[in-house]
Amino acid sequence: MPENPTGPAAPQDRTPQTTGSSAGAATAPTGAQPTDTQPTGADMSSTGAPADAGSQGASILLREITKAYPGQKKPAVGGLTMEIPAGSTVMLVGPSGCGKTTTLKMINRLIEPTDGSIIMGDEDITTMDADKLRRRIGYVIQAGGLFPHMTVAANIGIVPKMLGWDKQRIADRVDELLDLVSLDPGTYRGRYPKELSGGQQQRIGVARALAADPPVLLMDEPFGAVDPITRQRLQDELISIQAELKKTIVCVTHDFDEAVKLGDWIAIFAEGGQLVQYDSPEQILKHPANDFVENFIGSGAGLKQLTLSRVADAEVREALTSPVDAGPAAALEALRTAQAAGTAPAGTEDSIVVLDSRQRPVHWFSARQLERLSAFPDRPDEDLPVVGERASLNDALDTMLVSSTSNAIVTGGRDRFLGVIGVETVMDAITSARSAGAEQAPPSPLGENTGPVEVTSP
Amino acid sequence: MWDYLVDRLPQILFAGWQHFSLVVQCLILATALSIVLAALVYRSGAWTSVANSVTAIGLTIPSFALIGLLIAPVGYGVTPAVIVVTFFATLPILRNAVVGLSSVPAATVESARGIGMSRMRTLLTVELPMAWPVILAGIRVSAQMVMGIAAVAAYALGPGLGGLIFSGLSRLGGANSLESVVVGVIGIIILALLLDLILVGIGRLTTPKGIRA
Ligand SMILES: Nc1ncnc2c1ncn2[C@@H]1O[C@H](COP(=O)(O)OP(=O)(O)OP(=O)(O)O)[C@@H](O)[C@H]1O
Ligand SMILES: [Mg+2]
Repeated sequence: MPENPTGPAAPQDRTPQTTGSSAGAATAPTGAQPTDTQPTGADMSSTGAPADAGSQGASILLREITKAYPGQKKPAVGGLTMEIPAGSTVMLVGPSGCGKTTTLKMINRLIEPTDGSIIMGDEDITTMDADKLRRRIGYVIQAGGLFPHMTVAANIGIVPKMLGWDKQRIADRVDELLDLVSLDPGTYRGRYPKELSGGQQQRIGVARALAADPPVLLMDEPFGAVDPITRQRLQDELISIQAELKKTIVCVTHDFDEAVKLGDWIAIFAEGGQLVQYDSPEQILKHPANDFVENFIGSGAGLKQLTLSRVADAEVREALTSPVDAGPAAALEALRTAQAAGTAPAGTEDSIVVLDSRQRPVHWFSARQLERLSAFPDRPDEDLPVVGERASLNDALDTMLVSSTSNAIVTGGRDRFLGVIGVETVMDAITSARSAGAEQAPPSPLGENTGPVEVTSP
Repeated sequence: MWDYLVDRLPQILFAGWQHFSLVVQCLILATALSIVLAALVYRSGAWTSVANSVTAIGLTIPSFALIGLLIAPVGYGVTPAVIVVTFFATLPILRNAVVGLSSVPAATVESARGIGMSRMRTLLTVELPMAWPVILAGIRVSAQMVMGIAAVAAYALGPGLGGLIFSGLSRLGGANSLESVVVGVIGIIILALLLDLILVGIGRLTTPKGIRA
C-alpha cells in the first residue's frame, strides 16, 4: 500500500508529533476513503529502520484483520482496520471479552490472524518469521512476566543477547535501562524477581521490553496488578519515558481513566472487536459517538476532563533546595538566609527540598525538623508527595490528599526536581481548563470494521 | 562378621562401586530419556495422560518378573540389568518432568514467546530451568528406588552388591552366608544415603537462586 515503500531511514520528520498522524491524515474517524491512508505510508518511510538503529516509533496498519477461534460462531475480532500513527500511544479499551487482547497479540503474532494483514513501518509482517518479528516489538504483560530464575540483569538483557550483542554492550544497556525506569543499577541488577516489589517488577518488565530499542511496544494491562498509588507513579514514568523515546505504544487497559491519561488516541471496542470510536481522549469525552461509549465512559465525564490537564500545564513554583551531601546544618542555614532576605518562595517559605546528586528529591524538611536533625536519614523518604510533570491535576490533588499536604513536589524526566505545585494552583488550573477547552481537534487516525480499504499491496 | 568384612574388603568395595556406577549411569540415562519424553508430551493433554498412566502402571510391574522376562531375549549379564534399572528409574522422573514442565505459568511462557524466543529456546532456557527442582525431586525418588532394583538385577548376573545377597540367600545356613546378605543390604543402604547426599548437593549447585525455596 505505501506509495513510497523504500524510503530507508529517512529523516524522522513526522514521528515526534505524538498527537496524531500529522496534517493530511485520515480526516474522519471512520469510513475513510482509500486516499486517506496515504499519510500512513509517509510515516512508514521514516520508520522502517531495524530495531537496533535507535529507532523511534513505527506506524502500524491493521488491514481487515479477523480472528475466528475454531468452534465459535462469531469471530473474536471481525474485519478490523486500524491505523496506529508512528510515535503515538494508542489505548485499546472495552468491556471484558471484546477482543482487546486478541487484537494486541495479533500484532506480534502470538495469535495468528485468520484473515487480513498487518503492516509495520513499510513491511508486511503477516508472513515474516514470528520470532524475528517479536525481537523488534517490545511486549509487556501484567506483573511483568519476568523469568523467576534469572537476575534482573539477565531478564533485561535477554533480547539483546538473542540479537547477538556482546557482553559489555548488554551490561551497559542494562544499566542504562535500569536508570531509565528509576531503579538504581547497583542495587537492582543482581536481584531476582522475587526480591522485588510488584511495582519494581513491572518496571523491569518495561525495561526488558525496551532493551533492544524496538520501535513498537505492546502492553496488555501493564499496571493491572499494582496498587493505585504505585499505578499512578508507573503511569507517570511511562509518560515521561515515552516523551523521551517516542515509541509507538499499543496498550490494552480496563481502566478508562488510564486510557485518558496515557493515550494520544483511544480505541473503544465492543463485542467481537468492533471498533466503536477511535479518537483523542478530549473528543471522546466531549463527543461520545453513541450510548455505548457514553455508558462505557460512565458518569462524571466532566470530572474526567480534569484528567486531561497536566501538572506541566499549571504553574509550577520554585522551592528552596539543598544537596543531601551538605547535611542538615547547611540546609537549615540556606533556609534561614533565604527567609531573612525575603527570597523564600511564598507557600513553601518554611521548608526546603533535599536533592541527591542527580537532582532527585529525597527529603522535604521544615526548619523545625532540620533543627532536630544531626544527619539526613540514609534512605530517601518513600512517602514524599511527588508527582511527575506529566501527571494529571487529578493525580496531583490525590497525592496531596493522601499525604495531607497543600503542596506536592513536581519531578521531570528521570525524577529530576522541577519545583512544587500548590493546591490553590491546581484548583485555579482546573477552573481555567474548564472554561478554555474548545481548541480545534487534531484529525483522528483511520479505524473501522470490515469496510473495504482499497490499498495497493506492497 | 568383622573378619568377613576385612577378608573380603576388596571384593565388597568393588561390588559396591559397580552397584553405584550402574545406578548412577542408569539414572543419567533415565533423566535424559525422561526429559525428552516429557518435552514431547507435556503440551498435549492427551499425551500427558498417556504418560501418566504408563508411569503409574509401570511402577506396579514387579522388577523381579521383568528381569526374568528379559533374560530370554537379551541373555544374562549387564544388559538386562541396565534395561530394568533404567526402565524403573525413568518412571518417577518422567512423571515429575511432565508435572514440572506443565506447571510453568502460562504467562511466563507467553512472555518468553512474546519477546522472540523460539519454542526450543523457551524450553531450554525458561521451562526446563524452572521445572528443574521438580525434576530433581523425581531423580531423588528414583535413585532410592533403583538402588534396591539394581540388587534384584543381580539375579540375571548383573554387577553389584546384589550378588552378595543372592549368593548368601542361596546357601543360607552355610559359612558366612548371613554375613554376605547383611553386608550386601547394609552396603546398599549406605550407597543410597550417599547418592541422596550427592543429589542434594547437585540440587544446591544447579537450582537457580531465584527459584530456590
Ligand atoms: N484461546 C482462545 N480460544 C478460544 N476463544 C478465545 C481464546 N482466547 C480468547 N477467546 C475468546 O475471544 C474473545 C476475545 O478475547 P480477548 O482475550 O481478546 O478479550 P479481552 O478484550 O482481552 O478481554 P479482557 O478484558 O477480559 O482481557 C472472548 O470471547 C474469548 O472468550
Ligand atoms: Mg485481555
